[in-house]
Amino acid sequence: MTGVLTLQPFSPEASSIAHLFIAVLFVMLAIFLLVSTIVIVALVRYRDREGAPEARQEFGSKRLEVAWTVGPIVILALLFGFMIHTIQVADPPLSGEKPEIRVVGHQWWWEIDYLQSGVVTANELHIPTGRPILIDIEAADVIHDFWVPELGRKIDAVPGHPNHVWISASKAGDYVGECAEFCGDEHAWMRMLVVAQAPAAFDSWQQEQLKVPAVPSAGEAAKGAKLFSDQTCVNCHAVTGTVANQRIGPDLTHLADRRILAAGAAENTPANLFRWLKDPNSIKPQTHMPNFQLTDDQAHALVAYMETLR
Amino acid sequence: MSDAALTDRIAGPAGEAAHRGLLSWVASVDHKQIGIMYLLSGLVFFLIGGLEAMLIRVQLAIPNNHFLSPDMFDQLFTMHGTTMIFLVVMPVLTGLTIYVMPLMIGARDVAFPRLNAMSFWIQLFGGILLYFSFLAGGAPNDGWFSYAPLSEPAFSFNNGLSYWALGLACVGIGTLAGSINMIVTIVTLRVKSLTIRRLPLFVWMTLVNSFLMLMALPIINATFVTLLIDRLLNAHIFAPAFGGSALLWQHYFWSFGHPEVYIMILPAFAIISEVIPVFSGKPIYGYEFVAASTVAIALLSFTVWAHHMFAVGMGHVFDLFFGFMSMTIAVPTGIKIFNWSATLYHGRIRLTTSMLFGIAFIVMFTIGGLSGVSFAVVPVDWQLTDTYYLVAHIHYVLFGGSIFAILAGIYYWFPKMSGRLLDEHLGKWHFWLTFIGFNLTFFLQHLLGMMGMRRRVFTYPNLPGWMILNLISTIGAFVLLASVLVFLWNIIVSRRHGQVAGDNPWDGWTLEWATSSPPPPENFALVPPVGGRRPLWDMKHPDRRDEAVAAAGAR
Repeated sequence: MTGVLTLQPFSPEASSIAHLFIAVLFVMLAIFLLVSTIVIVALVRYRDREGAPEARQEFGSKRLEVAWTVGPIVILALLFGFMIHTIQVADPPLSGEKPEIRVVGHQWWWEIDYLQSGVVTANELHIPTGRPILIDIEAADVIHDFWVPELGRKIDAVPGHPNHVWISASKAGDYVGECAEFCGDEHAWMRMLVVAQAPAAFDSWQQEQLKVPAVPSAGEAAKGAKLFSDQTCVNCHAVTGTVANQRIGPDLTHLADRRILAAGAAENTPANLFRWLKDPNSIKPQTHMPNFQLTDDQAHALVAYMETLR
Repeated sequence: MSDAALTDRIAGPAGEAAHRGLLSWVASVDHKQIGIMYLLSGLVFFLIGGLEAMLIRVQLAIPNNHFLSPDMFDQLFTMHGTTMIFLVVMPVLTGLTIYVMPLMIGARDVAFPRLNAMSFWIQLFGGILLYFSFLAGGAPNDGWFSYAPLSEPAFSFNNGLSYWALGLACVGIGTLAGSINMIVTIVTLRVKSLTIRRLPLFVWMTLVNSFLMLMALPIINATFVTLLIDRLLNAHIFAPAFGGSALLWQHYFWSFGHPEVYIMILPAFAIISEVIPVFSGKPIYGYEFVAASTVAIALLSFTVWAHHMFAVGMGHVFDLFFGFMSMTIAVPTGIKIFNWSATLYHGRIRLTTSMLFGIAFIVMFTIGGLSGVSFAVVPVDWQLTDTYYLVAHIHYVLFGGSIFAILAGIYYWFPKMSGRLLDEHLGKWHFWLTFIGFNLTFFLQHLLGMMGMRRRVFTYPNLPGWMILNLISTIGAFVLLASVLVFLWNIIVSRRHGQVAGDNPWDGWTLEWATSSPPPPENFALVPPVGGRRPLWDMKHPDRRDEAVAAAGAR
């Protein structure tokens, strides 16, 4: 999850880009060394000093001009050929495949819909390892950009212009996802956790997500559940099996299963959840989640309820 | 500079009333005074834009910093980019050109002196209008290219972006009028014997660049008006929710925006093509090739805009076309770099401050050009665009490129403008602080981008390595701040007490060095004869005149 992500790929798509990038870096380094050597040698040899020869009045050389025109053309032509090959691997053209997942960028969180199973989640993208996954990329408000550097290219989420992207993971593990296009005040905290799992583990995760959490009937949690449906929470959020069905904010059905809050602004712990409910701005300034001026008791009850959403 | 002499002359041929003090500047239609006013307004905006950059770097020095709110951070990076591009680099390059170009062609002034004054004042008004937004509810906060639909009223809650569009439209009108003025001046007011093949490369590139501005600026002005129609008249041209198109804005903006990049670098090339030969004691290597490659760059610059949009999902055909054209533009750029480098060979290199900035330009701009090639390679762009790698790239082009060239030009022509040399000792301090501070600030940002740090984030998580790299960058910014202070001190001190320059302190060859420093209002009493590209060389070495030597070489 850390390091020079663009050069440590975990998918064939990202690998092909990394190989091309390394080739480009070598070309850049070679040309840079050539130019800087030319300049430094000139500075050492032709610097104005006592006894230095007079400057020679020369006007150019057609032969050299041809050399430094044709040389770069050859190098660029090679790079162009390499690039055509890489584009095919990194971003294979569609041939009738249907996307499995839809990712929708919102200010400032990700909605994730599994189109076959019907699972809806947010900010935590689970994928099975070992095969390319076609993802439909959309935006609900402004332009966002879906980017998981270790797994593939970035692609803009443009309102009114659905895109798609192939990603895959050759190894189970966690990967960083980010919104790469400036999308407003909380662009910085529009991150994503990508969890690649072995196919069996992915299937059981999906089954878990489909379960409808039981509505608590006693204690703090029950108080919280009542608050949740009585207060304004239900105006924006959805929890399967309850009256809450709005999709303006993230779906909270399995909130307690998730590891991050507010698209990566904090870890999902009861303490952080409490802080978030009391004052969302303290975790993510200028977020669209309002501060409802909840009392400590109310916030504790809501946290207790949400901890049952798994 | 002697104000008295200048005001006397203004009263002369143009028939204006004589003015004194401030009014002699405000009412001036003299290209030299207007050029200096462009430079001064550019300097003021440079200090403001630099202050904005310092605040940005302080906020990013450590992870999870709360120094600035996200909204203030967004306003600052938007204003920093907009200021540096539209109110610093463009006007300062225009100022140098407006001052120097008529002298170089032996003209008394530009073709339309009043239009020239209007160009300056309307662009200054545009800048002030832009900054007025801070008092009118908030500055624009959507980045210097203000992508729709974030710039639409539904997502931006202050008037900042309306001021942005209005202010920049004023700047655009001024620039457009300026480009017409320069074209007509160069075409009609050259001394007769200064044929197009003998034009100094500075003038050549100014001519090409003026055509570039003439073609590019109308696009952006129309785009600004379209945005204003959306914002003020509730149209939805760029609002997808109402049937508009978000990508249309990007195509409009970048079909201006990429030529704009060259509008900011061609005049820098122009300065370098004067400074490097003079301080090497040799004519420019491959004059025809440097001139022709400028034309090639100008034409190609209209065919590469969508390389800013490889991540929007245009499809492979478009991606490959624009990738191909973007690679192509690297060839004429390379030709220039090799010719400047070759000019150094067999020369006798005087390492003045101007030359130091000129040579540093070659190397820094090479880095910026090469990292630019990685954005032409489409899949690499898919990884790197919108990261700090891109932030590093544009700063190597616009700071390591344009600003270094501007500084080379200011050290070179300041004696012509003021009659006194900038202090070389302070100049060396200025150069080394700038060079070290610049590389400290920006070089490691390439790595940050490759590590996955996105641009335009007001803060970042504390991942291994991120803090130290950002901290180094912030320290570099403070070194740059120190370099700017040295520069200001140098200007203040040298303008009063600097060594008297004389007509031709650098042993230059173009016509501006044939008149006094500063030149009289009518520029020349008598223009020296022009029999080649370096009239003053020919005068000094009648036995080794350029065209005679070249003809002998060809035989």
